[in-house]
Amino acid sequence: MSAVVLFLLVTACSFSSSSNKNQSNIITNRGSDTMVNLALAWAEAYAKEFPQVEISVSGGGSGIGIAALINNTVDIANVSRAMTDTEIQEAKKNGVYPLQFIVARDAIGVIVNPSNPVTNLTLGQVSDIFSGKINNWRDVGGEDRPIVRVSREVNSGTHVFFLQAVIQLGNPTDKTIFAASTLLLPSSEGIIAEVSQNPNAIGYDGLGYITSEVKVLGLALDPAGPFIEPSSTTVRDHSYAIARDLYMYTNGEPTGALKEYLDWIRNPEAQQVVTTLGFIPIT
Amino acid sequence: MTKRRKLLEFVIQGLIRLCGYSAIVFVALIFLFLLQEGLPALSEVPLSSLLGARWYPIQNLFGLLPLLLGSIVVTLGAAVIAIPFGVATAVFIAEVAPRWMREILKPFVEILAGLPSVVLGFLGILVLVPLIRTGFNLPTGLTALTGSILLAAMSLPTIVSVAEDSLDAVPKSYRDGALALGATKWQTIWRVTLPAAKSGVLTAIMLGLGRAIGETMAVMMVTGNAAQMRWDALFYPIRTMTATIAAEMGEVARGTTYYHVLFLIGMILFLISFLVNILASSMLFRAKKRAERMLS
Repeated sequence: MSAVVLFLLVTACSFSSSSNKNQSNIITNRGSDTMVNLALAWAEAYAKEFPQVEISVSGGGSGIGIAALINNTVDIANVSRAMTDTEIQEAKKNGVYPLQFIVARDAIGVIVNPSNPVTNLTLGQVSDIFSGKINNWRDVGGEDRPIVRVSREVNSGTHVFFLQAVIQLGNPTDKTIFAASTLLLPSSEGIIAEVSQNPNAIGYDGLGYITSEVKVLGLALDPAGPFIEPSSTTVRDHSYAIARDLYMYTNGEPTGALKEYLDWIRNPEAQQVVTTLGFIPIT
Repeated sequence: MTKRRKLLEFVIQGLIRLCGYSAIVFVALIFLFLLQEGLPALSEVPLSSLLGARWYPIQNLFGLLPLLLGSIVVTLGAAVIAIPFGVATAVFIAEVAPRWMREILKPFVEILAGLPSVVLGFLGILVLVPLIRTGFNLPTGLTALTGSILLAAMSLPTIVSVAEDSLDAVPKSYRDGALALGATKWQTIWRVTLPAAKSGVLTAIMLGLGRAIGETMAVMMVTGNAAQMRWDALFYPIRTMTATIAAEMGEVARGTTYYHVLFLIGMILFLISFLVNILASSMLFRAKKRAERMLS
């Protein structure tokens, strides 16, 4: 009996020491599904250069990463949107002081089926389509077809970003939301699958997930144009309308191995990985 | 010696009794847990909001009606497809097919039951969804009907297998008697064999549909998950209660209103399947009594 208790104590100790950051060479990294491939690629590249550091990466969604950071069970939280004031307050109550690092940029592409003749939309039209005011492609210069709206699930950081930046056009007092008939698909793959085989569909997704099976629309703020397609150039010069920063959050100023890793991520060599995965580097 | 035997008897009886009670205790505990996590939702969200037509929880719109409608439409659709098809297949295997064909068909149907629902869902996305969209000329193939067909495919093996077993258990003398009275083969099946196997066939249907009500993964992949209410919901995307819980429970913070509402949905699901089970067993009970009356 006492042996069991002792065993529990030992595991409990080792558990708490592994979550005690900066001492060990194990870095835990969790959060955004948008960023999970990117974080994995960085971790792999870093492990090749510095084999003494172990980095474990997992996804789940931005919310999962933030929850883990607040509970102090993770070293780095990957988040595809800025943390809200309530979340930061909650963290401080737990003795966690979130520090934000911008590690890459991402553009959200609005996508349609390649057979759809529509190539350009204004942001207002996209907003009206997704909120249910426009229901036929005819009204935006396309064929006489019903519009099928495709979106990620409500727990996705991309969903929330799209809601605020496009449907509500960045106006925080705007209470417009997705039309009830919007399809909420559990994965990026589901969105690409539906849009690539359905000529009625319109969807959105992070640039890194968009494949050649779908057509990316050019967007403009006003009907006169210019209509701009997302690319690393148009995102960096801020001419493309829906782009966002991707963040990593740590608890307080990082030290030791953690600091070295975050510094490495923001150097040009690591930012090269960002480009190959379809995101936009910060430098 | 006898004393020892009595003790052993007592212990074994106690153990068996414990097993029997534990099933009840577990169900009761699960329900209590659901009540504890779900009931706060009723005080936190006004009833008028819960009975609303819009489910958009990140803006505190907690209308449960579209989810309820979605679950009912998909399950009823699956029942309408699976019951006639499943019972007919069972009748074919048990009554019509020659012995050798039966030996092949039965194991094959049972293998179907082992297909993971994710695999079926994936097949659904690749094959069924485009077919439904072009076949019915719908805006999208991610519809309640697609979900119903997949669920029917999932509950068919159970229905066929259990119903076939109970048809097989009908004594041969029943059929011989009917045929001797001049009944045709069809009349024998419809008027004698099926009624005699009624309770087993009903159990088969309940077991099969039980799988359909609780199924989540395949439904989440092919029904589009749009929480909308319309009278022709069968041909449009819908959102089921199970898919809602599965998609949203992962990231919701413990103890929030949103969390409580998700558990309330779980409670509703539990109550529905509880009611269906009670209804089914009371039907079985009645059927049995009537059969006993007729035989005596």
